[in-house]
Amino acid sequence: MPEQRVVEPEYLILEAPRERKFITGSQAFAEAVKRANVDIAIAYPITPQSETMHLVGDLYAQGYIKDYYRAEEEYGAMSAIAGAVRGGARAFTATSGPGLLRGLEAIVSWPGHRIPAVLGIMTRVVNAPLSIQPDNVEIAYLLNSGLIVFHAENQQDVFDFTLAGFVISEKVDVYLPVVVATEGFFVTHAKGYVDLPPEDMKLPPRDPYKAPVPPTDCEIPPARIQRDAPVQKSNFMSYLIHAVWQQEIWSANRRAVKWIKHYLGGLIEVVNPDAEVFIVASGCAAAQGREAQRYATMEGLNVGLVKIKSLRPFPTNELREVLKNAKTVIVPEHNIVGWLAKEVKAAIPNSGIVVDGPRVYGGMTLPVELIMDEIYKAFGIKKERKTVV
Amino acid sequence: MAEKNPIQPGPEGYIPNPASFQGCDLPPSGKALLYGEIVDEETAMREAAKALLTRKNPTIFPGPLVLWGWNADAMEKAKAVLELAMEIPNCRIIPMPDYRPKYPKINPEAEINPGHPNLTILHNRIEVCIFVGVHCHYANLSLRMIRAGTNCYTIALCAEMGHEDAMVSLRDVHADEIRRFRDVLVEVRKEMGIEWEPKLPPENPSLPKEEWVKVSPIDFGEYAYLLIPRRGEIVEESE
Repeated sequence: MPEQRVVEPEYLILEAPRERKFITGSQAFAEAVKRANVDIAIAYPITPQSETMHLVGDLYAQGYIKDYYRAEEEYGAMSAIAGAVRGGARAFTATSGPGLLRGLEAIVSWPGHRIPAVLGIMTRVVNAPLSIQPDNVEIAYLLNSGLIVFHAENQQDVFDFTLAGFVISEKVDVYLPVVVATEGFFVTHAKGYVDLPPEDMKLPPRDPYKAPVPPTDCEIPPARIQRDAPVQKSNFMSYLIHAVWQQEIWSANRRAVKWIKHYLGGLIEVVNPDAEVFIVASGCAAAQGREAQRYATMEGLNVGLVKIKSLRPFPTNELREVLKNAKTVIVPEHNIVGWLAKEVKAAIPNSGIVVDGPRVYGGMTLPVELIMDEIYKAFGIKKERKTVV
Repeated sequence: MAEKNPIQPGPEGYIPNPASFQGCDLPPSGKALLYGEIVDEETAMREAAKALLTRKNPTIFPGPLVLWGWNADAMEKAKAVLELAMEIPNCRIIPMPDYRPKYPKINPEAEINPGHPNLTILHNRIEVCIFVGVHCHYANLSLRMIRAGTNCYTIALCAEMGHEDAMVSLRDVHADEIRRFRDVLVEVRKEMGIEWEPKLPPENPSLPKEEWVKVSPIDFGEYAYLLIPRRGEIVEESE
């Protein structure tokens, strides 16, 4: 392990020279953790999931992380993350599919407890019949809990979103957990080019006293005073505190917008903003959408792409602005319920222009041709289907 | 932001609409918030001073970050809060010493609690208040509930990035900035022709007698043995 020197987040994330590596998504998670000055990583590395937490375990062995252990199961892992963070540590964990749902009760309590942790999620099928293939329906369970949720298109996004996630989550006006979700296998097990800053640099350590709540494990004021959790004593509290507490979580979520713009260049990425037909997608579907947009441009069709990086906070204002002149909005997804299409419909005033799909699920890949079919329909172009026997 | 100056004294009603939901953003460094709008610090300070000098029962609610002498900065900031209080005519100090629920009920003359800050505001008929040294999360809860249920004008002196739900919010406020605000307040007071000899706020009738600047560890009850610093000790920094 090289000697690491602390540098400012702005330098490490935005300015430091980068070197191109060809690595998997799991390795990209680990490379971000390596530079994030993480105090503790806790995991229940279910098999098969991804090798992310195994690689993070290797970082502990190499001395990059101060502590690492395997929890008894996911609920225990997520609860322990909360305890470690409230005690002042910077913490990372990752999970997937059924493991995520098993830990969900603990995870959705993190925002209310103001837990600035980073959670990697490699999406996979969660419903029976079980499968180990990617399907991102599990992201829908995370969208209404107050978490900040990023959806990575590729290995580069995994690295950038994770490293910036630690910084954004610990901003005093935010102080919420950050989820970095990406499609299992397609990203975690496949290699892609990732531009990495030097590994002899790391983020400053977490300062638990720079926080909107006191850290809890210390026995001296002002730390100790938080120990008796007030919202659990409703008979002695105004019900309004529950309401304003929830408002505070979502206010904090909204405050993250300016930091996401600062560190990640915005909540969305737009290709061809003057297009009349847009593909709006997140995660791996954005990668396929990017290809479809390129094909369509080669065919002379005026198609644009909106890649949504941040699902929470959701880019409502940004979408309204970009899609204000769109004739059709195509929303390809890797799940059956179409949670992103619903989000897009709710965000724009003319939701009738949104096409529900194309969608694949159960671990199927998303061929570019499926998106092209919708583009052709939007332009009124009839293509003959060939049956191949 | 749809409405101009949306964050006004309440009562707003049954459930407050958070300033953040109304499009109010926290101010950048060097700026302040006035009624939900980003303005110069001087403008916000003068408006806060006018409220403190004209509305009934001005009260400072110091939180744990200034009440507990947990490092040299906190102690200096506590002194500055007292210096500010001395310049506000008929100002009182009611502490928010912690955020735990109080059993069987709060004494609204002795303290304010984020679980039900309205009780203290309404009981003491406070129409203008200052939050200082309260952790941001609990300050935001309190400010929102106060705006929902009272007509109190809220001023937040925040050591971090500020509070959208206060009528006036200053950011990055430490001892020096509190003293700057005190100077602005004295200037506004003179402009308004209000005569006042600086003096410490009255003792809180519900609390045991104590010297504001020389607090004994015994005053901290069951937490006394945990207290740093003890009488006579000077602790420059916490660990």
